[in-house]
Amino acid sequence: MLSVAIFLPLAAACVLAALPRLGASAARAVWILVSAAVLGLAAAMWAGYPGGVAYEQRLRWIPSLGAGYHVGVDGMSLPLVALTALLFLVCAVYTGRDTPRMPAYAAFFLFLEAVSLGLFAALDLLLFFVFFDLSIVGMYFVIVGWGHGDRARSALRFFLYTFLGSLALLLGFIGLFLGGGTFDLVELAARPPFRAEPGIAGLVLLAVGIGFAVKTPVVPVHTWLPPAHTDAPAAGSAILAGILLKMGAYGLARVALPVLPGAWQRHAWVVIAIGVVSVVYGAFVALAQRDLKRLIAYTSVNHMGYIVLALGAAGLAAGDERARDLAVTGAVTQMVSHGLVTGALFLLAGVVWDRAHDYDLTRLGGLAGPAPVLTALTAVAAFASLGLPGLSGFIAEFQIFAGVIGTGIPGAAVAGAIAVAGVLVTAALFLRVLQRAFLGGPGELTARFTDVRPRELLAVAPLLALSLAVGIAPRPLLDLVEPAAAAVVTLVSR
Amino acid sequence: MTENPLDLLPELLVLAGAVAGLLTGSFLARERQRAVAWICGLALAAALAATGLAAGRPDGMAFGAYALDPITHTARAVVAGSTLLVLVLAAPWARGNRRESELYALCLLAALGSIALAGADDLLVLVAAYLLAGVPGYALAGFARDARGTEAALKYYLMGAFLGVLMLAGVTLLYGLSGVTAYRDLAGRLGQAPAAAVGCGLVLLLAGPLTKAGAVPAQFWVPDAAQGASRPVAAFLTTVPKIGAFAALYRLAAEPFAGIEGWRVALALVAAATMTLGNLAAFRQDDARRLLAYSTIGQAGYILVPVAAGGPLSAPALLFYLAAYAVTNVGAFAVVVAVGRDRLADHAGLARRAPALALALAVCLLGLVGTPPTAVFAAKVLVIASAWESGLAWLAVLLVLNTVASLFYYLRWLTPAFRAAPAAPPGPARSLEDPGRSPRPAAGPYGVAVLAAAASVLLGVGAGLFLA
Repeated sequence: MLSVAIFLPLAAACVLAALPRLGASAARAVWILVSAAVLGLAAAMWAGYPGGVAYEQRLRWIPSLGAGYHVGVDGMSLPLVALTALLFLVCAVYTGRDTPRMPAYAAFFLFLEAVSLGLFAALDLLLFFVFFDLSIVGMYFVIVGWGHGDRARSALRFFLYTFLGSLALLLGFIGLFLGGGTFDLVELAARPPFRAEPGIAGLVLLAVGIGFAVKTPVVPVHTWLPPAHTDAPAAGSAILAGILLKMGAYGLARVALPVLPGAWQRHAWVVIAIGVVSVVYGAFVALAQRDLKRLIAYTSVNHMGYIVLALGAAGLAAGDERARDLAVTGAVTQMVSHGLVTGALFLLAGVVWDRAHDYDLTRLGGLAGPAPVLTALTAVAAFASLGLPGLSGFIAEFQIFAGVIGTGIPGAAVAGAIAVAGVLVTAALFLRVLQRAFLGGPGELTARFTDVRPRELLAVAPLLALSLAVGIAPRPLLDLVEPAAAAVVTLVSR
Repeated sequence: MTENPLDLLPELLVLAGAVAGLLTGSFLARERQRAVAWICGLALAAALAATGLAAGRPDGMAFGAYALDPITHTARAVVAGSTLLVLVLAAPWARGNRRESELYALCLLAALGSIALAGADDLLVLVAAYLLAGVPGYALAGFARDARGTEAALKYYLMGAFLGVLMLAGVTLLYGLSGVTAYRDLAGRLGQAPAAAVGCGLVLLLAGPLTKAGAVPAQFWVPDAAQGASRPVAAFLTTVPKIGAFAALYRLAAEPFAGIEGWRVALALVAAATMTLGNLAAFRQDDARRLLAYSTIGQAGYILVPVAAGGPLSAPALLFYLAAYAVTNVGAFAVVVAVGRDRLADHAGLARRAPALALALAVCLLGLVGTPPTAVFAAKVLVIASAWESGLAWLAVLLVLNTVASLFYYLRWLTPAFRAAPAAPPGPARSLEDPGRSPRPAAGPYGVAVLAAAASVLLGVGAGLFLA
């Protein structure tokens, strides 16, 4: 079932690529149908999830390298698989028929969907890397082909930056292979390599860490993110922020923590420091932005910083184990929550671009008048993003702070306290956006605005509804995540 | 050791194809020369089949001077396969040429030289193979008989002849020191010879294979030959002779000179210099063929890494990389042949005009970068692993940095191809002797490009089958 979910969109992408003359409506229909089918598969997998690593499948690929096609999902990857399926469907619904070269656009998104699902399901490092790299290629073509502004430059910077990261990752993976004799994640986690050689383990962790840090991204390797987001099409931004950024954080939790536990513990403070810096820096730089999309992009740096902070705290072997479980659970919840909320925010920013062809906050104002539904949706998304109780962001961030501070180590408590201050800044900046763009007197571009169209509403509303659902009743999600988080903490504590 | 000529069946088939093609060509009318292409193609296909049969037999040695092992078998298969692809590329271009049959025969002879380079297990065989791989190549480079072709041929010839003489001097020196030329005897005898003299002979010897491989410091002919020779010939010269040269280098490194101090370090430095120089020089190229030429120099640097490493993973890494490189490089050149224009700007909007060709270009160029799941990716993983495993981690890091740098210039070609065409129609093709400038790409090169791209992906996905 898992492999079908991965290869169905890929097959559909090939079909669409082979039929460039297909009409826009037909291509969009194929895109929506296939994405819906994948979401159905993901829902079925969630409903029938038995615990542990499920829906596992293993085929030989390059036996001499100990690499294979090995996929499966557990409590950490299943929510992300479901998020991926949902977000891609939402993007399909959001995209209007007037998009140029629709069949190719749909083909690239279906390709990206297959790649993202494959990455979250991969249990083999080489397979993981294949999907990791292909996600960059797919997104590059989406930005170059359908972006706006200085798209060629932004796309090139995105490609070069993340490609450098991915090759650092490849070096790290090859190091793990030479240390452990296999690329299989399950086997590597069972017998972590380089236990006796802390120096080499540190270097391998550095390589892997650089790879994931660029993708996450954390300060100081985040500079590709704002231009890529600004110039990407709305659906591309939503996927980039909602799914592709998760690959970095997910990779840390999936690969770095279980496979290099010793090195992770030794360098946990570095990770925590990077996380805290990202939180604070992302929040303050976002505060200074006039461009709506750059602002959302920097809040992503801030939000991903929380995840890195939590994962770093998980490596504090001296800390309370239950608190560290909580932190990792919070990190995974934050991945899901950020995917839902930031996906929605970028789609809403796309609505703004569609009407005004500008993201400049100072030229907007009083949008609540002509576009009340847009205002309401943005308000909910902004509150969810700043972590208002009752929405998913609160659950995630509360768990992270409680977990980090609860480890009982003074340094971690200080880091947690600083990070809480980041929430204050994001609250301030989102309130400022609401005030400046949506309330108050009309700006010079306000006259161009009409309210959201049905397809736009249909795309954004489910994301926010789910964020609300997770905020009010987090149990179904947490029941899934908690055992997996506990397992990761056990692995990293060895 | 055997003295059975049938052990050399693939080589004999290629030779027979060249001779038969040449003879038939002399008796055929100009418009019926196409038959020669078929003869040569069939000979190559037969050589491929014979290689398939030979690969099943145990390793051995023919006539005490020619190794029959996986290296030879792979080189035979890759050379025959890529020469076959080049023949398809060249056929529409050569049609109606007065010397059409000579083109095919020269290709086959150069291919035979490349195979012999790979199999040579004796210094004298190595020298003969070097000449066989080189001389037809000089003629091919100037085949179009225009100014640029002549310049390319002259540069290639001077470079090849000069460094060939150095190689001969090296062989003489080594023979004088050891009294033997067979690889397996050399290793033991060189131990007692003065180290300085051996080192000197070795460096001189290296000049030959490094020229054919297009590695630093003998890389100067590559860009000129690739740009000046006609397009199908450029595809041939940057692919086929290299295969044999790398195999020869690997054999030299693994057999007679394995025990010599500093030899692997020197090779590693050559690899590092080659990849860095090739990639940096490719940055500012606006001509697709020159760009590809520098990219092949960069690739040569990567392929030298397993030669320098010499660990257990090195042989599979080298052989797989050769196969991956050959198919991907021919694919990229096939796109240039099919488009019929060289300037990068002329490729703008290719995705609109010929989507399948643009896709093939994307697969081949991203393949040369080493994007999964293409063949070069699997090969690069093997190469990095082999470097790391042999304590050359710095070389692995350098390789990765070079790969990132290479992405930049491949994208300079790829990005315009996928964006809208320029408003003004591109100017007329510069080379008038070139019949491949019709607005619709010729079917043969088009097919080769798509086939090579598909093969590159299949080879990558099915890497396990080939490595087993």
